[in-house]
Amino acid sequence: MDEATERLGEELKARIRRTFGRSLSIREVDAGSCNGCEVEVNALTNAVHDIERFGLHIVASPRHADMLLVTGPVTRGMLPALMQTYKATPAPKMVVAMGSCAISGGIFRGTYATLDGVDKVLPVDAYIPGCPPRPQAIIQGILLALDRWESKA
Amino acid sequence: MSGEGLRSIVRQLPSEVMVRIDRHEIEGRDLRLVIRPDGLVPLAGHLRKELGARLVTLHATDDRALEGCFKLHLVMAPQGMDALVSATAPLGLGEWRYESLTPTINDADWYEREIQDMFGLVAIGHPDPRPLVLHEDWPEGKYPLRKDFLTGERPPRVKGEYHFTKVEGEGVYEIPVGPVHAGVIEPGHFRFSVAGEPIINLEVRLGYVHRGVEKLSESTPYPKGVHLAERISGDNSVAHSTAYCQAVEALASCQVPERAEHIRVVMLELERLYNLFGDIAGIALDTALSVAAACGYLLREKAMNLNECLTGSRLLRSVNVLGGVRKDLTPNDREKVLATMVKLKLEFDDLVTLMLSSPSMMDRVETTGRLTREMAVDLNVVGPAARASGVDRDVRRDHPYAAYGNLNFLVPTQSGGDVAARMRVKMDEVRESFSLIDQALDGMPAGPVRAKLGSVPQGHAACSLVESPRGEIVHWIMAGRGAPARHKVRDASFCNWLAMEQAVLGNIVPDFPLINKSFNLSYAGNDL
Repeated sequence: MDEATERLGEELKARIRRTFGRSLSIREVDAGSCNGCEVEVNALTNAVHDIERFGLHIVASPRHADMLLVTGPVTRGMLPALMQTYKATPAPKMVVAMGSCAISGGIFRGTYATLDGVDKVLPVDAYIPGCPPRPQAIIQGILLALDRWESKA
Repeated sequence: MSGEGLRSIVRQLPSEVMVRIDRHEIEGRDLRLVIRPDGLVPLAGHLRKELGARLVTLHATDDRALEGCFKLHLVMAPQGMDALVSATAPLGLGEWRYESLTPTINDADWYEREIQDMFGLVAIGHPDPRPLVLHEDWPEGKYPLRKDFLTGERPPRVKGEYHFTKVEGEGVYEIPVGPVHAGVIEPGHFRFSVAGEPIINLEVRLGYVHRGVEKLSESTPYPKGVHLAERISGDNSVAHSTAYCQAVEALASCQVPERAEHIRVVMLELERLYNLFGDIAGIALDTALSVAAACGYLLREKAMNLNECLTGSRLLRSVNVLGGVRKDLTPNDREKVLATMVKLKLEFDDLVTLMLSSPSMMDRVETTGRLTREMAVDLNVVGPAARASGVDRDVRRDHPYAAYGNLNFLVPTQSGGDVAARMRVKMDEVRESFSLIDQALDGMPAGPVRAKLGSVPQGHAACSLVESPRGEIVHWIMAGRGAPARHKVRDASFCNWLAMEQAVLGNIVPDFPLINKSFNLSYAGNDL
């Protein structure tokens, strides 16, 4: 991994420690993504990026999560599951919309089966642009979400 | 494919089919029939029985505006021939029913359920007429792919109930899983019926990722359609965009420059590599062989970095354009690819040795999740999953496209049909991909990388097949004004999901993730 990302990761680690005093738990929700974003979220945990060392922990259940990382335009089929997942996440909670689809519906905007982005149905703290965003961009987006969230609190 | 082979197919058609054919024509490798709807079942049955033909796609079009009727389109590929038999069956005026093909050719099952959801055409005699793509809260009487359904229309949700297959008996209980899973994977629902540990039934419920791709494509101009195709199944971007481009290029009679064909091969194989590395690493991960998993994912990361160096996209987006490819490969790019391949080959050999010599891992994968050859043929399973069950098929060899016709490669097969067989097939395919990339770079002629597309005449249809990392994908496009009038997409996973339902039977629940990973099916590509 390049030095800039390494520095970014260290910055994020210090921030998470200060804010939470422990790791930040993230639950990823695919709300109709093409699987491109999932490829990059999975890449975060490979030996090159290894985000656990920065205090980012991808968890199996929303009940353990501080943050929902949502991908996809929010399809009609996934809306009920997304809302249930949000409800199951304990407050205070953050929502990050990852990728073009999650931001605005992207290329699928306006179809009968999608809802044009996450902020149409949930309050979103930060947006990570890209189709899909690179792993470095995801790390930066999470840092941005923490900034916003802290300034709001 | 010579026209002679196709002419003999026509000559051998039984009389009950022959009398129902209104027109037939042979063009290149295609035999096109216009047939009365009641001829479809005997035609499909004959092609299956006598020629071992498999189903490529079955879909409908709404031609009510011009011809007052819906049409069914059946495409089958006779075994051992680089040929497609397409049959178009116009239903009668106001007719919305037809005789189900499923009792005759089992693999028509999901296609007919999809047609019912999308067009409201009912297959009489279908053994399982439940909705497939649209969920129970979709109102009756709204059919998205009919022309009078507007793209932006969003019907209100209604109350409805979906009935899962019930297995009853003493000690039988159900485990519902999904659509939000514990891992970072796509959404889908799995309903297990279990007695003790072994799975006695699995029902896969999909459609959660349905985004309306086919409808959207009808209002997406051809050049932008390439980008839409890349987002059908995100990790198969090159395969889907190549299939889309090839179909439009065929409609426009556009000859893609040879250099572009070679670059497409390089990109298709780079895509296969990063996918297969991920698949193999995933199998290691699910058998708790952490070191091998880490090594595998590292290989995948390196391959994706190479993708980014060459194209600016880790997932090889925007590589294809209509008429060729967007960007040439420079001598510098070539060196980069060759140097990376040398490293990846060595590391991959180490990974394979590590995995195959680990008894704890081999014990988990051998005999697990077995799919018999008969079942694979019956369900028309495609790709590595088919080849691992001894079904020797690969579009790259059987229906050559891009530059594959000029290249030498083996199609690895196994007979076991278990997780181990699928793993070994994928490992062997990685080696073939290395070789294909070398050959495509070596044999790449000089010249332009993009031809002018020209106009796309309306009303014609073209069918394009590509071997994606998951298996055969199909794009069938009927040309409209500047955009497809109908764009049927069939991902490899659409064929393979039913196979997984079969492969898990009798296995214990903890082995399900492993079996699922060994198939590594796409949800987005299936749901569209």
